[in-house]
Amino acid sequence: MADQPTAFERFTQGILPENPVYRQLLGLCPVLAVTNSVQGAMTMAGAVLFVLLCANVIISLIRDLLKPHLRIVIFTLTIATFVTIVDRFLAAYMYQMSKNLGPYIPLIIVNCIIICRCEVCASKQSVFTAASDAVGQSLGFALALASIASVREILGTGMFFGFRVLPEMWPDWVIMVLPPGAFLTFGLLLGAVNWVAARKKG
Amino acid sequence: MTTTTQETPGSGKNRWTNFFIVQAWLVLLLASFFGAALAGIQLTLAPKIEANKLNETLEKVPELILGADAARASKDSGQQMEINRQYMTAGTKTYSVFKAEKDNQTAGWVVKASGQGYADKIELLVGVDETVNTITGLFVLDQKETPGLGNKIMEPDWRRQFVSKPTHLLLTAVKTKADGPGEISAITGATISSKAVCDIVNQSLNNLRQPLAKAASDKKKPSEKQQEKN
Repeated sequence: MADQPTAFERFTQGILPENPVYRQLLGLCPVLAVTNSVQGAMTMAGAVLFVLLCANVIISLIRDLLKPHLRIVIFTLTIATFVTIVDRFLAAYMYQMSKNLGPYIPLIIVNCIIICRCEVCASKQSVFTAASDAVGQSLGFALALASIASVREILGTGMFFGFRVLPEMWPDWVIMVLPPGAFLTFGLLLGAVNWVAARKKG
Repeated sequence: MTTTTQETPGSGKNRWTNFFIVQAWLVLLLASFFGAALAGIQLTLAPKIEANKLNETLEKVPELILGADAARASKDSGQQMEINRQYMTAGTKTYSVFKAEKDNQTAGWVVKASGQGYADKIELLVGVDETVNTITGLFVLDQKETPGLGNKIMEPDWRRQFVSKPTHLLLTAVKTKADGPGEISAITGATISSKAVCDIVNQSLNNLRQPLAKAASDKKKPSEKQQEKN
Protein backbone atom coordinates (compact mmCIF):
# COMPACT_ATOMS: atom_id res chain seq x y z
CA MET A 1 0.00 0.00 0.00
CA ALA A 2 1.90 2.96 -1.26
CA ASP A 3 -0.56 5.62 -0.17
CA GLN A 4 -0.19 4.88 3.56
CA PRO A 5 1.51 7.70 5.49
CA THR A 6 5.10 7.12 6.60
CA ALA A 7 6.17 6.80 10.21
CA PHE A 8 7.25 10.44 10.38
CA GLU A 9 3.99 11.65 8.85
CA ARG A 10 2.03 9.55 11.33
CA PHE A 11 4.03 11.08 14.18
CA THR A 12 3.59 14.72 13.18
CA GLN A 13 -0.03 14.35 12.13
CA GLY A 14 -1.00 13.12 15.57
CA ILE A 15 0.33 16.19 17.32
CA LEU A 16 -1.52 19.00 15.55
CA PRO A 17 -3.04 18.37 12.07
CA GLU A 18 -4.95 15.30 13.32
CA ASN A 19 -4.95 16.12 17.02
CA PRO A 20 -7.16 13.44 18.61
CA VAL A 21 -9.02 15.94 20.78
CA TYR A 22 -9.20 19.18 18.80
CA ARG A 23 -9.40 17.74 15.28
CA GLN A 24 -10.88 14.26 15.65
CA LEU A 25 -12.95 15.00 18.80
CA LEU A 26 -12.16 11.56 20.19
CA GLY A 27 -11.66 10.47 23.78
CA LEU A 28 -13.61 13.40 25.22
CA CYS A 29 -14.61 11.61 28.41
CA PRO A 30 -11.19 11.98 30.08
CA VAL A 31 -10.76 15.38 28.41
CA LEU A 32 -13.76 16.69 30.31
CA ALA A 33 -13.38 14.62 33.46
CA VAL A 34 -9.75 14.78 34.59
CA THR A 35 -8.67 18.23 33.43
CA ASN A 36 -9.38 20.09 36.67
CA SER A 37 -5.73 19.76 37.63
CA VAL A 38 -2.65 19.61 35.44
CA GLN A 39 -1.12 16.80 37.50
CA GLY A 40 -4.17 14.60 37.03
CA ALA A 41 -4.31 15.42 33.33
CA MET A 42 -0.64 14.55 32.81
CA THR A 43 -1.04 11.25 34.68
CA MET A 44 -3.93 10.43 32.39
CA ALA A 45 -1.87 11.39 29.33
CA GLY A 46 0.97 9.16 30.52
CA ALA A 47 -1.41 6.27 31.03
CA VAL A 48 -2.86 6.76 27.55
CA LEU A 49 0.66 6.90 26.05
CA PHE A 50 1.58 3.59 27.68
CA VAL A 51 -1.65 1.83 26.68
CA LEU A 52 -1.67 3.18 23.13
CA LEU A 53 1.99 2.38 22.52
CA CYS A 54 1.71 -1.17 23.83
CA ALA A 55 -1.58 -1.87 22.08
CA ASN A 56 -0.34 -0.45 18.76
CA VAL A 57 2.88 -2.48 18.89
CA ILE A 58 1.11 -5.76 19.75
CA ILE A 59 -1.60 -5.25 17.12
CA SER A 60 0.98 -4.35 14.51
CA LEU A 61 3.01 -7.49 15.32
CA ILE A 62 0.00 -9.76 14.82
CA ARG A 63 -1.59 -7.75 12.00
CA ASP A 64 -1.20 -10.55 9.43
CA LEU A 65 -3.03 -13.01 11.67
CA LEU A 66 -6.07 -10.79 12.28
CA LYS A 67 -9.36 -11.96 10.85
CA PRO A 68 -11.76 -9.18 9.88
CA HIS A 69 -14.64 -10.44 11.98
CA LEU A 70 -12.52 -11.04 15.08
CA ARG A 71 -10.27 -8.00 15.03
CA ILE A 72 -12.34 -5.81 17.37
CA VAL A 73 -12.34 -8.54 20.03
CA ILE A 74 -8.56 -8.73 19.81
CA PHE A 75 -8.16 -4.94 19.97
CA THR A 76 -10.35 -4.75 23.06
CA LEU A 77 -8.60 -7.67 24.72
CA THR A 78 -5.18 -6.11 24.19
CA ILE A 79 -6.26 -2.66 25.31
CA ALA A 80 -8.03 -3.99 28.42
CA THR A 81 -4.92 -5.89 29.45
CA PHE A 82 -2.67 -2.85 29.32
CA VAL A 83 -5.23 -0.62 31.00
CA THR A 84 -5.45 -3.08 33.88
CA ILE A 85 -1.67 -3.03 34.18
CA VAL A 86 -1.67 0.79 34.35
CA ASP A 87 -4.51 0.77 36.86
CA ARG A 88 -2.72 -1.64 39.21
CA PHE A 89 0.56 0.20 38.76
CA LEU A 90 -0.98 3.54 39.73
CA ALA A 91 -2.72 1.99 42.72
CA ALA A 92 0.62 0.61 43.89
CA TYR A 93 2.93 3.56 43.26
CA MET A 94 0.74 6.66 42.95
CA TYR A 95 -2.04 5.74 45.35
CA GLN A 96 -3.48 9.20 45.94
CA MET A 97 -3.47 10.00 42.23
CA SER A 98 -5.14 6.70 41.51
CA LYS A 99 -7.89 7.60 43.97
CA ASN A 100 -8.29 11.06 42.42
CA LEU A 101 -8.61 9.69 38.91
CA GLY A 102 -10.93 6.97 40.19
CA PRO A 103 -12.77 5.07 37.47
CA TYR A 104 -11.31 7.15 34.63
CA ILE A 105 -8.21 4.95 34.44
CA PRO A 106 -10.23 1.73 33.89
CA LEU A 107 -12.35 3.76 31.45
CA ILE A 108 -9.34 4.15 29.12
CA ILE A 109 -10.48 0.74 27.83
CA VAL A 110 -13.35 2.47 26.05
CA ASN A 111 -11.29 5.49 24.98
CA CYS A 112 -11.93 5.52 21.26
CA ILE A 113 -8.58 7.13 20.40
CA ILE A 114 -6.86 3.85 21.14
CA ILE A 115 -9.20 1.53 19.27
CA CYS A 116 -9.22 4.05 16.40
CA ARG A 117 -5.40 3.99 16.11
CA CYS A 118 -5.37 0.19 16.27
CA GLU A 119 -7.88 0.07 13.42
CA VAL A 120 -6.53 2.90 11.27
CA CYS A 121 -2.81 2.43 11.66
CA ALA A 122 -1.54 -0.51 13.69
CA SER A 123 -3.57 -3.22 11.96
CA LYS A 124 -2.21 -2.09 8.57
CA GLN A 125 1.32 -0.78 9.04
CA SER A 126 4.70 -1.87 10.38
CA VAL A 127 5.64 -1.92 14.05
CA PHE A 128 7.83 1.17 13.78
CA THR A 129 5.12 3.19 12.03
CA ALA A 130 2.54 2.03 14.56
CA ALA A 131 4.79 3.00 17.46
CA SER A 132 5.50 6.47 16.11
CA ASP A 133 1.79 6.89 15.41
CA ALA A 134 1.07 5.98 19.03
CA VAL A 135 3.62 8.46 20.36
CA GLY A 136 2.39 11.23 18.05
CA GLN A 137 -1.27 10.73 18.92
CA SER A 138 -0.44 10.53 22.64
CA LEU A 139 1.55 13.75 22.46
CA GLY A 140 -1.39 15.41 20.73
CA PHE A 141 -3.69 14.08 23.43
CA ALA A 142 -1.31 15.26 26.18
CA LEU A 143 -1.09 18.70 24.56
CA ALA A 144 -4.87 19.02 24.45
CA LEU A 145 -5.27 17.85 28.06
CA ALA A 146 -2.50 20.18 29.21
CA SER A 147 -4.04 23.22 27.50
CA ILE A 148 -7.49 22.61 28.97
CA ALA A 149 -6.18 21.66 32.40
CA SER A 150 -3.91 24.74 32.57
CA VAL A 151 -6.79 27.12 31.91
CA ARG A 152 -9.04 25.36 34.38
CA GLU A 153 -6.50 24.99 37.17
CA ILE A 154 -5.15 28.53 36.89
CA LEU A 155 -8.55 30.22 36.76
CA GLY A 156 -10.20 27.80 39.18
CA THR A 157 -7.60 27.64 41.94
CA GLY A 158 -4.93 30.23 41.06
CA MET A 159 -2.40 27.41 40.94
CA PHE A 160 -0.46 25.67 38.20
CA PHE A 161 0.87 22.16 38.78
CA GLY A 162 0.19 22.69 42.48
CA PHE A 163 2.18 25.95 42.68
CA ARG A 164 0.53 29.33 43.14
CA VAL A 165 0.83 31.51 40.04
CA LEU A 166 -1.91 34.08 40.53
CA PRO A 167 -1.80 36.49 43.51
CA GLU A 168 -3.57 35.47 46.71
CA MET A 169 -6.27 38.07 46.07
CA TRP A 170 -7.42 36.18 42.97
CA PRO A 171 -11.04 35.13 43.56
CA ASP A 172 -10.97 31.45 42.60
CA TRP A 173 -13.45 30.77 39.83
CA VAL A 174 -14.67 27.56 41.42
CA ILE A 175 -16.89 26.83 38.42
CA MET A 176 -13.78 26.24 36.33
CA VAL A 177 -12.78 23.15 38.32
CA LEU A 178 -16.36 21.86 38.35
CA PRO A 179 -17.88 20.02 35.36
CA PRO A 180 -19.36 23.15 33.68
CA GLY A 181 -15.85 24.64 33.55
CA ALA A 182 -14.72 21.66 31.49
CA PHE A 183 -17.39 22.26 28.86
CA LEU A 184 -16.81 26.02 28.78
CA THR A 185 -13.03 25.74 28.47
CA PHE A 186 -13.14 22.95 25.93
CA GLY A 187 -15.74 24.73 23.81
CA LEU A 188 -13.84 28.02 23.78
CA LEU A 189 -10.47 26.39 23.06
CA LEU A 190 -12.00 24.23 20.32
CA GLY A 191 -13.50 27.35 18.77
CA ALA A 192 -10.13 29.11 18.96
CA VAL A 193 -8.32 26.19 17.31
CA ASN A 194 -10.86 26.07 14.50
CA TRP A 195 -10.69 29.84 14.04
CA VAL A 196 -6.89 29.73 13.74
CA ALA A 197 -7.10 26.78 11.34
CA ALA A 198 -9.66 28.57 9.17
CA ARG A 199 -7.55 31.74 9.04
CA LYS A 200 -4.47 29.75 8.09
CA LYS A 201 -6.30 28.22 5.14
CA GLY A 202 -7.00 31.76 4.07
CA MET B 1 -10.79 -57.97 10.55
CA THR B 2 -11.40 -54.79 8.68
CA THR B 3 -10.07 -51.43 9.57
CA THR B 4 -12.02 -48.41 8.48
CA THR B 5 -10.40 -45.07 8.10
CA GLN B 6 -12.61 -42.36 9.44
CA GLU B 7 -13.31 -39.50 7.14
CA THR B 8 -15.43 -36.51 7.88
CA PRO B 9 -18.28 -36.30 5.43
CA GLY B 10 -18.49 -33.43 2.97
CA SER B 11 -15.51 -31.21 2.35
CA GLY B 12 -13.68 -32.02 5.56
CA LYS B 13 -11.08 -29.33 5.55
CA ASN B 14 -13.58 -26.51 5.15
CA ARG B 15 -15.70 -27.70 8.02
CA TRP B 16 -12.63 -27.90 10.25
CA THR B 17 -11.41 -24.40 9.48
CA ASN B 18 -14.88 -22.96 9.97
CA PHE B 19 -15.17 -24.49 13.42
CA PHE B 20 -15.43 -21.55 15.83
CA ILE B 21 -12.58 -22.57 18.11
CA VAL B 22 -10.21 -22.78 15.15
CA GLN B 23 -11.43 -19.39 13.97
CA ALA B 24 -10.78 -17.90 17.36
CA TRP B 25 -7.41 -19.51 18.05
CA LEU B 26 -5.66 -16.15 18.21
CA VAL B 27 -8.23 -14.72 20.62
CA LEU B 28 -7.89 -17.75 22.89
CA LEU B 29 -4.11 -17.71 22.75
CA LEU B 30 -3.93 -13.99 23.51
CA ALA B 31 -6.53 -14.29 26.26
CA SER B 32 -4.55 -16.97 28.07
CA PHE B 33 -1.30 -15.11 27.54
CA PHE B 34 -2.69 -11.80 28.79
CA GLY B 35 -4.45 -13.57 31.64
CA ALA B 36 -1.17 -15.04 32.82
CA ALA B 37 0.56 -11.67 32.50
CA LEU B 38 -2.15 -9.96 34.57
CA ALA B 39 -1.98 -12.68 37.20
CA GLY B 40 1.75 -12.00 37.46
CA ILE B 41 1.18 -8.25 37.78
CA GLN B 42 -1.46 -8.81 40.43
CA LEU B 43 0.82 -11.12 42.42
CA THR B 44 3.67 -8.60 42.41
CA LEU B 45 1.66 -5.44 43.04
CA ALA B 46 -1.12 -6.65 45.37
CA PRO B 47 0.97 -6.47 48.59
CA LYS B 48 2.00 -2.89 47.75
CA ILE B 49 -1.62 -1.86 47.05
CA GLU B 50 -2.79 -3.48 50.29
CA ALA B 51 -0.07 -1.62 52.19
CA ASN B 52 -1.25 1.68 50.64
CA LYS B 53 -4.81 0.97 51.70
CA LEU B 54 -3.67 0.04 55.21
CA ASN B 55 -1.75 3.31 55.51
CA GLU B 56 -4.78 5.27 54.42
CA THR B 57 -6.95 3.35 56.87
CA LEU B 58 -4.61 4.07 59.77
CA GLU B 59 -4.58 7.71 58.79
CA LYS B 60 -8.38 7.86 58.76
CA VAL B 61 -9.01 6.04 62.04
CA PRO B 62 -8.85 9.09 64.38
CA GLU B 63 -11.15 11.06 62.08
CA LEU B 64 -13.66 8.22 61.91
CA ILE B 65 -13.83 7.87 65.67
CA LEU B 66 -13.51 11.44 66.91
CA GLY B 67 -14.89 13.36 63.94
CA ALA B 68 -12.81 15.50 61.59
CA ASP B 69 -12.45 18.58 63.82
CA ALA B 70 -11.63 16.74 67.03
CA ALA B 71 -9.17 14.51 65.16
CA ARG B 72 -7.35 17.54 63.79
CA ALA B 73 -7.28 19.19 67.21
CA SER B 74 -5.90 16.07 68.87
CA LYS B 75 -3.28 15.74 66.15
CA ASP B 76 -2.25 19.37 66.59
CA SER B 77 -1.92 18.95 70.32
CA GLY B 78 0.42 16.03 69.66
CA GLN B 79 -1.84 13.36 71.10
CA GLN B 80 -1.40 10.07 69.36
CA MET B 81 -3.94 7.32 69.16
CA GLU B 82 -2.66 3.84 69.47
CA ILE B 83 -4.15 1.73 66.72
CA ASN B 84 -4.11 -2.06 66.79
CA ARG B 85 -5.22 -4.21 63.95
CA GLN B 86 -6.97 -7.49 64.61
CA TYR B 87 -9.05 -9.96 62.67
CA MET B 88 -12.51 -11.00 63.75
CA THR B 89 -14.58 -13.74 62.24
CA ALA B 90 -18.29 -13.22 62.49
CA GLY B 91 -20.92 -14.97 60.45
CA THR B 92 -19.22 -16.21 57.31
CA LYS B 93 -16.83 -13.27 56.96
CA THR B 94 -13.55 -12.26 58.48
CA TYR B 95 -13.21 -8.55 59.15
CA SER B 96 -10.19 -6.38 59.73
CA VAL B 97 -10.94 -4.43 62.87
CA PHE B 98 -8.87 -1.49 64.05
CA LYS B 99 -8.98 -0.74 67.75
CA ALA B 100 -8.07 2.80 68.67
CA GLU B 101 -6.81 3.53 72.16
CA LYS B 102 -6.25 6.88 73.74
CA ASP B 103 -4.59 7.16 77.14
CA ASN B 104 -4.88 3.36 77.49
CA GLN B 105 -8.64 3.49 77.06
CA THR B 106 -10.53 2.19 74.11
CA ALA B 107 -11.67 5.20 72.11
CA GLY B 108 -13.52 3.28 69.46
CA TRP B 109 -13.35 0.77 66.66
CA VAL B 110 -13.02 1.00 62.92
CA VAL B 111 -14.32 -1.91 60.86
CA LYS B 112 -13.27 -2.52 57.29
CA ALA B 113 -16.31 -3.85 55.45
CA SER B 114 -16.92 -4.59 51.82
CA GLY B 115 -19.75 -5.67 49.57
CA GLN B 116 -21.12 -5.49 46.08
CA GLY B 117 -21.99 -2.02 44.83
CA TYR B 118 -23.59 -1.04 41.53
CA ALA B 119 -20.45 -1.43 39.42
CA ASP B 120 -17.90 -3.24 41.55
CA LYS B 121 -16.94 -4.04 45.11
CA ILE B 122 -17.26 -1.13 47.55
CA GLU B 123 -14.85 -1.04 50.49
CA LEU B 124 -15.87 0.98 53.50
CA LEU B 125 -14.42 1.95 56.84
CA VAL B 126 -17.06 2.17 59.55
CA GLY B 127 -16.16 3.89 62.81
CA VAL B 128 -18.10 3.07 66.01
CA ASP B 129 -17.73 4.24 69.60
CA GLU B 130 -16.14 2.01 72.24
CA THR B 131 -19.42 0.48 73.39
CA VAL B 132 -20.51 -0.09 69.77
CA ASN B 133 -23.75 1.82 70.25
CA THR B 134 -23.42 4.54 67.64
CA ILE B 135 -21.68 5.02 64.33
CA THR B 136 -19.01 7.71 64.58
CA GLY B 137 -17.87 7.91 60.99
CA LEU B 138 -17.89 6.41 57.52
CA PHE B 139 -15.22 6.50 54.85
CA VAL B 140 -15.11 5.01 51.35
CA LEU B 141 -11.80 3.24 50.83
CA ASP B 142 -12.41 1.91 47.34
CA GLN B 143 -15.24 2.13 44.83
CA LYS B 144 -15.84 2.14 41.11
CA GLU B 145 -19.37 3.54 41.02
CA THR B 146 -20.65 5.66 38.14
CA PRO B 147 -18.84 9.03 38.05
CA GLY B 148 -21.20 11.89 38.85
CA LEU B 149 -23.89 9.64 40.32
CA GLY B 150 -22.80 6.65 42.38
CA ASN B 151 -19.41 8.05 43.25
CA LYS B 152 -21.14 10.73 45.31
CA ILE B 153 -21.07 8.15 48.13
CA MET B 154 -17.56 9.49 48.70
CA GLU B 155 -18.76 13.01 49.43
CA PRO B 156 -18.42 14.12 53.05
CA ASP B 157 -21.90 15.65 53.09
CA TRP B 158 -23.52 12.37 52.22
CA ARG B 159 -21.34 10.29 54.52
CA ARG B 160 -22.09 12.63 57.43
CA GLN B 161 -25.65 11.25 57.54
CA PHE B 162 -24.31 8.03 59.02
CA VAL B 163 -22.65 9.77 61.96
CA SER B 164 -24.39 9.21 65.33
CA LYS B 165 -26.83 6.67 63.90
CA PRO B 166 -27.52 3.89 66.43
CA THR B 167 -25.94 0.56 65.49
CA HIS B 168 -28.89 -1.61 66.53
CA LEU B 169 -31.12 -0.17 63.81
CA LEU B 170 -30.96 -1.42 60.25
CA LEU B 171 -30.24 1.56 58.04
CA THR B 172 -32.40 2.06 54.98
CA ALA B 173 -31.84 4.35 52.03
CA VAL B 174 -35.01 6.32 51.31
CA LYS B 175 -35.75 8.39 48.24
CA THR B 176 -37.61 11.04 50.21
CA LYS B 177 -36.23 13.23 52.95
CA ALA B 178 -34.76 11.05 55.69
CA ASP B 179 -36.88 11.55 58.82
CA GLY B 180 -36.86 8.22 60.66
CA PRO B 181 -34.06 7.29 63.02
CA GLY B 182 -32.56 4.66 60.71
CA GLU B 183 -33.10 6.49 57.45
CA ILE B 184 -30.44 7.73 55.07
CA SER B 185 -31.53 9.85 52.14
CA ALA B 186 -30.39 8.17 48.95
CA ILE B 187 -28.36 9.98 46.32
CA THR B 188 -30.56 11.06 43.43
CA GLY B 189 -29.89 8.76 40.49
CA ALA B 190 -27.83 6.39 42.58
CA THR B 191 -30.30 4.51 44.73
CA ILE B 192 -28.51 1.21 44.22
CA SER B 193 -25.15 2.59 45.33
CA SER B 194 -26.78 4.24 48.36
CA LYS B 195 -28.57 1.02 49.30
CA ALA B 196 -25.38 -0.96 48.82
CA VAL B 197 -23.53 1.26 51.30
CA CYS B 198 -26.36 0.91 53.85
CA ASP B 199 -26.40 -2.87 53.37
CA ILE B 200 -22.66 -3.20 53.85
CA VAL B 201 -22.82 -1.10 57.02
CA ASN B 202 -25.82 -3.08 58.32
CA GLN B 203 -24.30 -6.45 57.63
CA SER B 204 -20.92 -5.70 59.15
CA LEU B 205 -22.35 -4.06 62.27
CA ASN B 206 -24.92 -6.81 62.69
CA ASN B 207 -22.15 -9.38 62.59
CA LEU B 208 -19.68 -7.52 64.74
CA ARG B 209 -21.75 -5.64 67.29
CA GLN B 210 -21.73 -8.39 69.90
CA PRO B 211 -18.14 -9.62 69.44
CA LEU B 212 -16.86 -6.05 69.57
CA ALA B 213 -18.87 -5.11 72.66
CA LYS B 214 -17.64 -8.29 74.31
CA ALA B 215 -14.04 -7.52 73.38
CA ALA B 216 -14.44 -4.01 74.74
CA SER B 217 -15.72 -5.21 78.12
CA ASP B 218 -13.13 -8.02 78.27
CA LYS B 219 -10.32 -5.63 77.66
CA LYS B 220 -11.50 -3.30 80.37
CA LYS B 221 -11.22 -5.87 83.14
CA PRO B 222 -7.47 -6.57 82.96
CA SER B 223 -6.66 -2.88 82.87
CA GLU B 224 -8.89 -2.25 85.86
CA LYS B 225 -7.14 -5.02 87.70
CA GLN B 226 -3.82 -3.49 86.90
CA GLN B 227 -4.94 -0.17 88.25
CA GLU B 228 -6.06 -1.82 91.47
CA LYS B 229 -2.64 -3.41 91.85
CA ASN B 230 -0.92 -0.12 91.32
